[in-house]
Amino acid sequence: MSKATVLVRLKSEVLDPQGDAVKRALDKLGFDGVRGVRIGKLIEIDLGDAPVADPAALKERLAKMADEMLANPVIEDFEIVV
Amino acid sequence: MATELDAGRGPSSAGDPTPNFPGDLPITPAVIKQHKLTAEEYGRIEGALGRAPTYTELGVFSVMWSEHCSYKSSRVHLKRLPTKGPRVIQGPGENAGVVDIGDGFAAVFKMESHNHPSFIEPYQGAATGVGGILRDVFTMGARPIAGLNSLRFGRPDHPRTPELLRGVVAGIGGYGNSIGVPTVGGEVQFDPSYDGNILVNAFTCGVARADRIFYGRAAGVGNPILYIGAKTGRDGIHGATMASDEFGEAKEGKGELATASSIKKGVRSTMQVGDPFMGKLLIEACLELFAAGVLEGIQDMGAAGLTSSSVEMAGRADNGLELDLDKIPRRARKMTPYEILLSESQERMLLVAKRGREDEVFAVCKKWDLDCAVVGRVTDTKRWVVTATPGYDPLDGAPPRGEKRVCADIPVASLTDAAPVYDRPRKAAPPRADVAVPDTTDPRADLLALLASPNVGSRAWIWRQYDHIVRGGTVVRPGSDAAVVRVPCERDGAVVMKHLAFAVDCNGRFVELSAEDGAKMAIAEVCRNLVCSGAEPIGVTDCLNFASPEDPGTMDQIARAIDGLGEACRALDVPIVSGNVSLYNETNDAAGRRPILPTPTVAAVGLVREPEDVVTQWFAREGDVVVLLGEGDEALGGSEYQAMKTGQLGGPAPRIDLAAEVRLQRLVLELARAHVLSSAHDAADGGLAVALAECCCTGPSLVGAEIELPATTGSAAGALFGEAPSRVVISTGAAHEADVLARAKAAGVPAKVVGRTTAAGPGATLSIRAGAHRLDVPAADLRGARERCLSGIVGT
Amino acid sequence: MQAAVVLFPGLNADAEMIRTLELVGAKVTTVWHTSAALPAGTDLVAIPGGFSYGDYLRCGAIAKVGPIMKAVAEHAERGGYVLGVCNGFQILTECGLLPGALTRNLHLRFECRDVFVKVTADGPFSPPSGEVLRLPIAHGEGRYQASAEVLARLAGEGQVALRYCDERGAVGEDANPNGSVDNIAGIYGGPKKNVLGLMPHPERMSEACLGGTNGRELFDAVVRARRAAS
Repeated sequence: MSKATVLVRLKSEVLDPQGDAVKRALDKLGFDGVRGVRIGKLIEIDLGDAPVADPAALKERLAKMADEMLANPVIEDFEIVV
Repeated sequence: MATELDAGRGPSSAGDPTPNFPGDLPITPAVIKQHKLTAEEYGRIEGALGRAPTYTELGVFSVMWSEHCSYKSSRVHLKRLPTKGPRVIQGPGENAGVVDIGDGFAAVFKMESHNHPSFIEPYQGAATGVGGILRDVFTMGARPIAGLNSLRFGRPDHPRTPELLRGVVAGIGGYGNSIGVPTVGGEVQFDPSYDGNILVNAFTCGVARADRIFYGRAAGVGNPILYIGAKTGRDGIHGATMASDEFGEAKEGKGELATASSIKKGVRSTMQVGDPFMGKLLIEACLELFAAGVLEGIQDMGAAGLTSSSVEMAGRADNGLELDLDKIPRRARKMTPYEILLSESQERMLLVAKRGREDEVFAVCKKWDLDCAVVGRVTDTKRWVVTATPGYDPLDGAPPRGEKRVCADIPVASLTDAAPVYDRPRKAAPPRADVAVPDTTDPRADLLALLASPNVGSRAWIWRQYDHIVRGGTVVRPGSDAAVVRVPCERDGAVVMKHLAFAVDCNGRFVELSAEDGAKMAIAEVCRNLVCSGAEPIGVTDCLNFASPEDPGTMDQIARAIDGLGEACRALDVPIVSGNVSLYNETNDAAGRRPILPTPTVAAVGLVREPEDVVTQWFAREGDVVVLLGEGDEALGGSEYQAMKTGQLGGPAPRIDLAAEVRLQRLVLELARAHVLSSAHDAADGGLAVALAECCCTGPSLVGAEIELPATTGSAAGALFGEAPSRVVISTGAAHEADVLARAKAAGVPAKVVGRTTAAGPGATLSIRAGAHRLDVPAADLRGARERCLSGIVGT
Repeated sequence: MQAAVVLFPGLNADAEMIRTLELVGAKVTTVWHTSAALPAGTDLVAIPGGFSYGDYLRCGAIAKVGPIMKAVAEHAERGGYVLGVCNGFQILTECGLLPGALTRNLHLRFECRDVFVKVTADGPFSPPSGEVLRLPIAHGEGRYQASAEVLARLAGEGQVALRYCDERGAVGEDANPNGSVDNIAGIYGGPKKNVLGLMPHPERMSEACLGGTNGRELFDAVVRARRAAS
């Protein structure tokens, strides 16, 4: 079975209120040395059992999925791991 | 004057600003054009400064002279609006309007647009729109107690409409629900003219002690300027100038057919992201600071961020101001003065504290986990002077190296009162042709089709996504003519309960057919919604959404609409106390210029004298007498029926008689206060038949009615579905019938008994006879049709 | 009755909670999350709804580590009354005072409207068993989920306090607003069923002018229980 993982992250310059709130909570719990927290999404895509014929084409297709649907290009970047 | 700022290193010299900070661009005609400044305006900048501006100064002039901040195309016309009245504590020009509600309390409210950002990123655009208007209100010392919104989307089957509707509604809810301010109502319409330019107008009302209103004024020379709230990033730089931009080829890629993704890629600056949690902390912290009496002035950093907030505060107090950008808390690295000054990062406030009380501000901010820094001070120079150390980045962890330099030094007045004002050329566009509408052959089917139309049916799918009952004060929830909220007003431990009513309205079709009449109808309807709920209108706020003012036809509509708003407000004796103008809502592409329908949205606040006066729109029980108050012509121009039957918009539109409207509204309020009404409902979109259907099927239980409409000379469609203004359907107990009719007669309002309410419950039926037509529809079917109205867009 | 309303940053339904408690005669104090102790003599701890810490990460996840929660847990262990409404319920499940978890509504939208719930267990907060109450909900993450063992235990020990139902009291999928397992709207916990968590907002339905007084019945019940116990 092949599986692709798409990591969707807020662009580095976009504010992450959630990450900031978690960072402050970790500070209060006494976890030192946390410089920042950024929270994103991990999306697993099950590609079935068929062997992947053309990895480059697959990656391109996944990028299209991410671009059009999985990520919001205004505020997010994505990374594809096959 | 030993502020923290003075203790540091002062500017290197009192001379001219340093021309270049790292990252600054040389000023070329192309750069000037990019900043949406004309050659003539650039000349005025040089004149105001007596030299060429720095790049930073160019950016500052660009945002301060933008349509969004300066109202340069509308200012000459806005002056004609009535803004005063015995209840008005603060009219336009401040962060929000303030109106006396008695017993030492005041309602503080405003409406603002966030149209362009919401089209680019609907969730965050709408969320930050809500955040912005909330800050405008609580910055005046008020706790926000209710929100409304007015939305416009493109045609229901436009490919982006579902995504935009879902995203905007989720964004409004995402912010409002979290911050805990009930969103109690609104309106939404779909029209092809908004395909490329949706409208998102958000309204907030707060309540404050009338003797504790705070203003955006940098008062008291030597007082420290403090920055509190979220850190500054490169968010939404040039949002204010973009708000005065039109969507065209360059931004949209392939015009109408461009995908969301390709539109989004065209945008360069970082999208603003709302943080309602931080917003909530800011509200609570600011309310504590107000109560502690440590502040002289306060303003939120909204459009054009630190620049407009500090400039406007200095301008209103007729003072100068110094800012030290090295002190600004930030989260993005290597920000230039230009970027820091123009950033529109959300959830930030600028305070002027009383000298020596800084520590109290710091303590409150610590409790609420907010960043806080002294970033400047008030001066008497009437100049806005900004310093920074070139290359310094506090995120490097090292202290500033090198000399602090002046990056902007501008006379405050040149950015505010002396900003350009244009009386742009006007030319009335030729009126739209009349569009003949076929008469109804099956009124039952037409009624059900109208109820199921996205422009007429139930908005429950939307308002159920808003927490409309948080804080436990919502007495009339969304879905009636106006929402009513009970507000506990507290002073020194004693609580007075006030009841405020809220409505928002505009029908762009009528404004398109006649800008003046359409604008009058908007004011008339929004106030009618209030009196139908038992509230006296006490103030209006507007959001004037139009296409490009550089088009003489549009400019003419803007001017005439303002005249209409003014005339209606004068007639109804209700002031406009705040507002916002959003221009350039049009798309220009290969298909040509496509302006939005002129949409001067108005929201009104009403005061309920006592809770027993509150009335709702739905029939209450069997056996009540149904009375139609007011009368109007049966013209179908601009009606939903015309749109449904012809797909076109054209005359002849119904007219409004303001004198008749005033008499009607006085009467309805009198009846509500006499406690003789079982229900009252304004006849609007879809006409009388739709209003009657709504009376039967929108309440807690279904109630039937047997109605005979007055004989008419015109078409049955006109009688049933014409949208003439100034009509209200009321129901009253049989015992009050004579009283109601006598009061109507005394008030000079036409009143006709048109029928009775019949059996309530699942079997309730609405029967209407209109001339030769008769229709009988189970109320459950009416309700079913209304509830289907958005399913074609968002599914079920 | 002495009630302590515990507040975390981001909670926003405190006003109606305080008002309702005062309407039923409780003496109310508010306690900020940084406090280490409850006021002496506290009978009831109420955690209102809202968005503590913005509901970031998970609803209630950051609030559960607040200093006051240790005192709340001890109060519950001693059999003291604890009420968590909406976000308060989420905080109670996150910190383990109640079993299970509240997850995103099945239809993925925030939903605010009146629903009906049936009283399905006896307990200090419960109106008579079988009664149908009209109460408002206002949440995006109210879908109750728990393991099969937990569900069996809750059912077996009479700890399912409230189930979503229709107007006539029929418990069925059509009446389930968020996809909660077994239509669960609220559960009891603690050594003596002294802890109640529920997603609907009884404190927003406690005056006739707000649409009804069914919600007030839960508060009246706990006041009676407190009186009976003393």
